[in-house]
Amino acid sequence: MSQIDAATVGKVVSQALEAIGSAADFTALKGIKSTTLGENSEIAKLNALLATVEPSQKAEAGKLVGQARAEISKAYSLRETALATEHAKAQLAAERVDITASPVLRRFGARHPLALLQEQISDVFVGMGWEIAEGPELESEWFNFDALNFDEDHPARAMQDTFFVEPASAHLLLRTHTSPVQVRSLLNRELPVYVLCPGRVFRTDALDATHTPVFHQVEGLAVDKGLTMADLRGTLEHFARIMFGEDAKIRLRPSYFPFTEPSAELDVWHPGAKGGARWVEWGGCGMVNPNVLIAAGVDPEEYSGFAFGMGIERTLMFRNDVRDMHDMVEADIRFSEQFGMVI
Amino acid sequence: MRVPLSWLAEYVDLPTDATPDSVMAELVKIGLEEEGAHDFGVTGPLVVGEVLEFAEEPQSNGKTIRWCQVRVAATGMKAADGGEDVRGIVCGASNFAVGDKVVVCLPGATLPGDFKIAARSTYGHISDGMMASARELGLSDDHEGILLLKNFGLDPKVGTDAIELLHLDETAAEINVTPDRGYCLSIRGVAREYSHATKAAFRDPIGNASPELYEGYPLTIDDKAPLRDTPGVTRFVLRAVNGVDVSKPTPPWMIARLKMAGMRSISLVVDITNYVMLEVGQPLHAYDLDTLAGGITVRRAKANETITTLDGQERKLHTQDLVIADDQGAIGIAGVMGGLRTEVTGTTKNVLIEAANFDPVSIARSARRHKLPSEASKRFERGVDHSVAKFAVARTVQLLEVHAHGTGAQIGSDYRAYEPLQPIWLPADYAQSLTGVEYGYDQQAELLREVGCLVATVDGGFEVTAPTWRPDLKHKSDLVEEIARIAGYDLIPARLPVAPPGRGLTKTQQGRRLVANSLAASGLTEVLNYPFVSEEANRWFNQPSEAVLKLSNPIQSESGQMRLSLLPNLLEAAKRNLSRGLNSFGIFEIGSVFKPASAIEAKAVLPAVSGRPTEAQLKTIDAQLPAQPRHLAAVFIGESTPEQVGQSSVEAGYQDAVQSIRLLSHALGIDIRLNQASPLGFHPGRSAEVVAVIGETAVTVGSLGELDPALAPELDLPRRVGILEIDLDALLDAAPQVQKAGPVWVMTAATQVLSLVVSQNVPAESVRQVILRGAGELLESAVLTDDYRGENLELETKSLTFALRFRAEDRTLTQAEASEARDAAVALAEKELGASIRK
Repeated sequence: MSQIDAATVGKVVSQALEAIGSAADFTALKGIKSTTLGENSEIAKLNALLATVEPSQKAEAGKLVGQARAEISKAYSLRETALATEHAKAQLAAERVDITASPVLRRFGARHPLALLQEQISDVFVGMGWEIAEGPELESEWFNFDALNFDEDHPARAMQDTFFVEPASAHLLLRTHTSPVQVRSLLNRELPVYVLCPGRVFRTDALDATHTPVFHQVEGLAVDKGLTMADLRGTLEHFARIMFGEDAKIRLRPSYFPFTEPSAELDVWHPGAKGGARWVEWGGCGMVNPNVLIAAGVDPEEYSGFAFGMGIERTLMFRNDVRDMHDMVEADIRFSEQFGMVI
Repeated sequence: MRVPLSWLAEYVDLPTDATPDSVMAELVKIGLEEEGAHDFGVTGPLVVGEVLEFAEEPQSNGKTIRWCQVRVAATGMKAADGGEDVRGIVCGASNFAVGDKVVVCLPGATLPGDFKIAARSTYGHISDGMMASARELGLSDDHEGILLLKNFGLDPKVGTDAIELLHLDETAAEINVTPDRGYCLSIRGVAREYSHATKAAFRDPIGNASPELYEGYPLTIDDKAPLRDTPGVTRFVLRAVNGVDVSKPTPPWMIARLKMAGMRSISLVVDITNYVMLEVGQPLHAYDLDTLAGGITVRRAKANETITTLDGQERKLHTQDLVIADDQGAIGIAGVMGGLRTEVTGTTKNVLIEAANFDPVSIARSARRHKLPSEASKRFERGVDHSVAKFAVARTVQLLEVHAHGTGAQIGSDYRAYEPLQPIWLPADYAQSLTGVEYGYDQQAELLREVGCLVATVDGGFEVTAPTWRPDLKHKSDLVEEIARIAGYDLIPARLPVAPPGRGLTKTQQGRRLVANSLAASGLTEVLNYPFVSEEANRWFNQPSEAVLKLSNPIQSESGQMRLSLLPNLLEAAKRNLSRGLNSFGIFEIGSVFKPASAIEAKAVLPAVSGRPTEAQLKTIDAQLPAQPRHLAAVFIGESTPEQVGQSSVEAGYQDAVQSIRLLSHALGIDIRLNQASPLGFHPGRSAEVVAVIGETAVTVGSLGELDPALAPELDLPRRVGILEIDLDALLDAAPQVQKAGPVWVMTAATQVLSLVVSQNVPAESVRQVILRGAGELLESAVLTDDYRGENLELETKSLTFALRFRAEDRTLTQAEASEARDAAVALAEKELGASIRK
């Protein structure tokens, strides 16, 4: 007959509790689970002995063993929770990194600011319902000069130092301005026309701090019934405020371009100019010369229009404090990287 | 145009405190843009001195200096700098004698170039000032000794302020004159404009004078070949002046004004003709009358005719050149440059003065043809006032009489053949319809009269005749500009016009932005290169048979062609970055290339501009233009991932190019395939053609891979350079108009791994495509995870492992179903590619 008395059970319990208590960590505790609670544990053995206990004492012995098992279980799970928290903590601590030393998985690229600026300007006008028109960089002399009221012998034609393509008799050139797109737009689109033409243009200037033989312009053209220089001024003021802030304003000065009459130079009051707010020469503009409308088959007695144009490089220079033209054309990635994806 | 202020003040009231800057600030308002201020850069004390005595002292350096005693103030008086009346001055020149009056720069004076004068120790003396040459004073290039006042016909008192004496206090405003304002290439024109800007009183130098015209000098006008139906000469005035003393000096005030106007003093006669040209805008020429053989003829040059021009150059004339000739041949290219044979020299006694009006087109062409842009041609090209010639001649004669003691002869010539300007009809409301400003009826007439127009008020508008100096006023819109600018552009109000609803950016424009932004976000930096390349670089990536465009006038002859490909200049840009110590980067460019279908044909007839060209004419123009597709190119160099904490480096190469194309395929929704290939300029084993698949058609849009290592050393580039170039226009054309969506199935997926053994020359992508086809719709994705070659495989074969993910629309797939689909894929691969499952 087996003897299951309080003393025996107490001894098993205290041995188990001691083992649990002395388990140093989560792994050690897991390691003693079978010997304290599992099939081979002393308490399990006592449980097995219950079958051999006399029926009269069975209830008493069963209660003793049950209480003991509950006590051991409770102690185990308490210890387990405590050690698990400690374990998780230790694991987190072990996983700690210097997050500032995180590796660069991919390089960071950048857009070219001249491209970004053209896109930003385009968006201003698209927002007003204008469309973006484009034309070829290698252009016919007819579109670049003849149709724009440049007489073949007029000094204005020689003023724009033009790159010609061989043979000269083919009358092909690299466009000296984005204005040929004006004529193409008038020929190809239904009236009224409100278009903005950003693009690359060419003049035979040597590269220096303020000149480059290849540069960018943005040109605007509106031809509609009843347009006046007031519409031109209103459009330019709106544009200037978006580009240079609410305090920007514009000034028109009389000038000459073969394809506009009256013509004006355009200055912008640049509140954010380096060294303080000031007037900056920005571009040229005017009312489309009737001869240009005629060459494009538009009746100047019925329609009038205005046009304006400015250099993108120049705008970038005074708007974003770019000091030297070389920076814009040398393709040094550090230049574009300063801008990232915004201008 | 440079405008000396004292000169301007003769013809318009200037404020007494006017400066070049204040004058320019007024002129810019009416359209004459400021270019800059000019002065002599001389400040005092500069005084007239008299050489009292000197001693010549030879020096060890071979030079002989003169140690001079110079009186700079009346005896016993203080000099202008507060110092003694007689100074010791060391002088290197030897062109002066005792008693000569000279210009002495006393200590404290400044000469051009910020040259400060101080008493200094030199050659064993204290030199207490400096005796100046004409060049040192900025008056001329003459440095053959010091300036002797007697040579200017001057004998002032010792101590006189030399700045005032020589007009070294003259200043000038420089303005930019637009090509329509030829009349502003004269003091007369600028004075008129200044009066428009400020309302100050204008005094026309031509005034109401009506100089007498002379006849009797034989003149023949014989233009047998007018250009563009325009006679070469419309006015020709001659006058002889006898007994000219060419040894007389040009007066200092004239030298100073010429100098400030940007012209050198040459000789009295030439200086006077230049002076009158600057004053009234009429180019003039003076011939040595006694060298002329017979009378003067104005005609076109004969075939093979030559002339030696004033600059000593013999020039072959063109039959379009208008020339002035005597019985022996051409004596000048009209309006461009005179001839050497008849020039005024030091022995000239009698001169013949010419003032003419030539056809602007003829002069422009001759000046261009002979590369001789001159002050005269500049004015003729822009149109010279027809009414000025006789005044200009009279003024020249008057100045020659005063300063060269000549006598205007009663002989000359006067030819005139110009049409009076026709009136322009200006409707009363036209100015407002262009400017948005409500001008009054009378106000418009007044403003036009202010610029010199004759205005007849007629019911509903004006009959306006432009003044003779405004040949540019041809159309009513030209008159509106005059009204608007004289009234002031500031009157123009602002109104924002409302455009009709727009369609936003086109699909292509959006596509280009998406491409650029995607590439930049993936680590590439955008650059913009010039489109000019060398003949050699144009063939790195393009066959020699491809037609190419050559520039007639490149900036650098070594980049004289238009690019056929973006890569050459992009590689140059990469090289530049490398040379600046940046050794790992990816760069890209979007830009046009120029691809003529064949050699450009010479014949091109440009349509007239009198109306819309016909569709056929427009087609002809556009047909002549070469194709200019926008390309995209990229270059990858160094490491695509740098070595860092916890991470080793990844070398850049073809993989970066492939990754970029995959990115674009993904971003644009275009099915893009790679066909292994060896395009020109690419690494033969690490490159591919890029193919866009649109439905059943496949379009090759470009190439990618690595740079041919044979080119790398030539370009100073490392061996591994990833490159790609595609026709972006063609790629964007392949993008779907509208992206259509398929279902997204949500049942649990089944995954399997499949290893297939195939011949090594079968591309992995081909195997993958066969698997996708063979497995059918249950196969959701197939990803290549390994390419094994070597042990346990037959020679020349490889084992490709794919991770497969299967999914059904309506049920959780069993492994058995997945295996069935996989086996179907294996069967197809076996059939099409001779593949077998790896054991």
